[in-house]
Amino acid sequence: MNLILNILLYLILAPLCGGILSGLDRKITARMQSRIGPPVFQPFFDVLKLLQKENLVVRRSQNFYIGFFLVLVVFTGALFFTGKDILLVIFALTLAAIFFVLAGFKASSPYSFIGAQRELLQMMAYEPIIILSAVGMYMVTHSFTVADIISFDRPLVYYLPGILFGLLYILAMKFRKSPFDLSTSHHVHQELVKGITTEFSGKALAMIEVAHWFENMLVLGFIYIFFASFPVFGVVLSLAAYFLVILIDNTFARVKWQLALLSCWMVALIFGFGNILILFILPKST
Amino acid sequence: MYLLSFLIIFPLCVSLLLLLLKGQKLRNGLVKISALAISAAAISLLISTFHRSIQYFHAESHLIDKIMFFTEMALAVYILYLGIKFKRSWVVFLILLQTALMVYFENSYGGKIFVENNLFIDKFSILMSLVVGIIGSLICVYAIGYMRDFHKDYHKEIKDRTNFFFFIVFVFLSAMFGVIFSNNLLWLYFFWEITTLCSFLLIGYKKTEESRKNAFMALELNLLGGLAFLAAIVFFYRMTGSIELSKVMLLGKAWALVPAMLICFAGLTKSAQMPFSSWLLGAMVAPTPVSALLHSSTMVKAGVYIILRFAAVLQGTMAGFALALIGGVTFLTASFAAVSQSDAKKVLAYSTIANLGLIVLCAGIGTYEAMWAAILLIIFHAVAKCLLFLCVGTVEHKIHSRNIEHMSGLIISLPKISIMMQIGMAGMFLAPFGMLISKWAVLKALVDYNPLLAIFVVFGSSVTLFFWVKWMGKLIIVTEHKDEIEERISKSQWFPLTALSVLTIVICGFFPLVSSTLIEPYCLEIYARTISMSHGNIVIMSIMLAMVMLFPLSFINYGKRVKVVDAYLGGANIHNNIQFRGSANAVKSMAMHNYYLEGYFNEVKLLKFGIVISSVLVFAMLGLSLL
Repeated sequence: MNLILNILLYLILAPLCGGILSGLDRKITARMQSRIGPPVFQPFFDVLKLLQKENLVVRRSQNFYIGFFLVLVVFTGALFFTGKDILLVIFALTLAAIFFVLAGFKASSPYSFIGAQRELLQMMAYEPIIILSAVGMYMVTHSFTVADIISFDRPLVYYLPGILFGLLYILAMKFRKSPFDLSTSHHVHQELVKGITTEFSGKALAMIEVAHWFENMLVLGFIYIFFASFPVFGVVLSLAAYFLVILIDNTFARVKWQLALLSCWMVALIFGFGNILILFILPKST
Repeated sequence: MYLLSFLIIFPLCVSLLLLLLKGQKLRNGLVKISALAISAAAISLLISTFHRSIQYFHAESHLIDKIMFFTEMALAVYILYLGIKFKRSWVVFLILLQTALMVYFENSYGGKIFVENNLFIDKFSILMSLVVGIIGSLICVYAIGYMRDFHKDYHKEIKDRTNFFFFIVFVFLSAMFGVIFSNNLLWLYFFWEITTLCSFLLIGYKKTEESRKNAFMALELNLLGGLAFLAAIVFFYRMTGSIELSKVMLLGKAWALVPAMLICFAGLTKSAQMPFSSWLLGAMVAPTPVSALLHSSTMVKAGVYIILRFAAVLQGTMAGFALALIGGVTFLTASFAAVSQSDAKKVLAYSTIANLGLIVLCAGIGTYEAMWAAILLIIFHAVAKCLLFLCVGTVEHKIHSRNIEHMSGLIISLPKISIMMQIGMAGMFLAPFGMLISKWAVLKALVDYNPLLAIFVVFGSSVTLFFWVKWMGKLIIVTEHKDEIEERISKSQWFPLTALSVLTIVICGFFPLVSSTLIEPYCLEIYARTISMSHGNIVIMSIMLAMVMLFPLSFINYGKRVKVVDAYLGGANIHNNIQFRGSANAVKSMAMHNYYLEGYFNEVKLLKFGIVISSVLVFAMLGLSLL
């Protein structure tokens, strides 16, 4: 019963929080650019509006992939927030992301194609540090299970600062924000038009938006794990990380894929792997 | 015992019969019936023995030993003749050295060797015999249709030697069963050398300059491995007075390490690990069923099979660690190299080398968790990779190209094949399919043993994802109208393709059963402890599998409640989705090409890097075993 209750709670809270965060993002971004910005609930209005629009497609099956993207993202989040195996969470998230990429391919338009290629490239760029973080957590807590990891009695950041840094570095990629908004941009006037989402409209676009809310909550949950033994502190710091991403989004221009790939891998190698190396060499203090 | 000898002898008899038969119909019928018989025998072997522990069989050997020795000598003469005829000094050198060692061994110890048990069967050999028996048979059936098309429509210039082709394939299968069931190392060596020769003949099937060159490359590298194998046998005998696999395993690390490393060296050559990987890439020139055979169920799997047999001895040794590093480096460089390839077969070849690297990595660690992961990898990889090769073979015949860039829109022109290809690819890298289950297991095994080794998997697998998905994406892109060209594919090709697709999915659903009846008991036998996926995780995997399986259902809604429009091209589209009027009214065409990132994933540089590092590691491995 508890499990079902948890899942229900998650299904209601995650999109709600995700939507509000997205609204806050737009508000804060507007203030940074000396605009007033839309109301905090604007993302919800947008989605509701999108749901009423006509479904325009280039290929008739393109939206099926988006549907599965949404379902799998929700599933992944459920795995995470009910405390299941973190490796499976990562793999399930990858599966979801692949459906998103395939949707971009399926749309068969050059802009969505480039977006899909770049999204794929970004996945290749951020995957190492994400798996390394699972490895690091296992080394500290001797478990891959999220439930065990968060009940560890000391904050993981104490052991895994390098890995946390690596995760923060790729955060912009997961939020699809500048300087790593290579696959789809929030602003529709650039070389890649709207990238991977170019050919999606109406319901499909709404689904993508909602999926991103879920995804964002999941990513913030990942950050939270590092401070899980101080819950309040953890929530505050995850939100601070979100603010950091917004700040960076507004201060940096988009980088080329070469730099995105290389820098992510370098960070994963130096900070992520370096962290694991030190953890392995140092005598176990606990 | 009967089933066991049946599996070794029956394919051999069939192959001889095939050589005599003239009619095409008769031949095809025989191939089909024997394929059925072989897979049936493999399955009944499973049913009759899975609940028993290891069984040993004496098998009267005096006469067989003699036959084997003389066959070996005859083959040596044949190889020597080929080496001289085509002026391959390495071949001549290696075969002379090998024969000399063989004759010396036979002369000085031949009469004295006492072998208690020549054959044996345990859980691992049952699994291997299923892989060889079922997948090998499916490939044989596929080859019937494929070889007919091959000679009739696509390669008229090449002399039709289909009978010879099937002859070798069946000898190959027989030898593979021999490798799996032999407890007598001399027998094992004999079958080992037969697989080398068979692969040489199959790679050289086309008899062109290129295929001859590549065939000899394969022969040279594998003869080198064979030499190491023979040296290991001599070593074992001189140290222990025994050449039985079961007995030398009992020696313990201190004694068995040097010969074990020599055998692992042989395994490395056979399973195309760096620095010996070039032969498997060269083997692409052969007809596709050969590639499927070499890559999935036979040859390379014989290499990792023998390495895994010695994994327990390697556990915790420095030499074993060096072996693990060779596997890791191979996995990494081969995966990276695959990114920049647009030749479908080459991508598949690199992916095979990479996955075998992962198995070798596990073997080098040698813990029970690693063993569990490695065996899973062998099974899942065999099925999915075979499916992919056979699909590419058919696609190549249909679109006259195996370039991935030309496979755009395959979902329209070859819908069923392209869906099967996607199943195969999903099986290779995607959750919740087989290879991903294995990857989960590998990661767990690595982290428990030495987390630093995880770095290979971490980077390698993210690259794997990249090259598979971009290929998958290419298949589903549709930009213009295409005709369906699927109808002329023969039944003998459809059957194995369908069977393998179903198998890829089913095996994933039934993997807990395979694990609990075969793999876990095997780990228990060797390590007295075992591992499995927790019940909760299996449930999650099953839910994911069910979800992905539901995807085709969404096509019920195909075309409903949507308005179809042209793609946005950055100008005014002209009648279709691929041309538009750009600035200054100029008509432009759009084109879409995948990323190959050659500046970063340069094949030549990567191979050079991999070969240098792995060569050093090979020397380190052999050197460390002496300490």
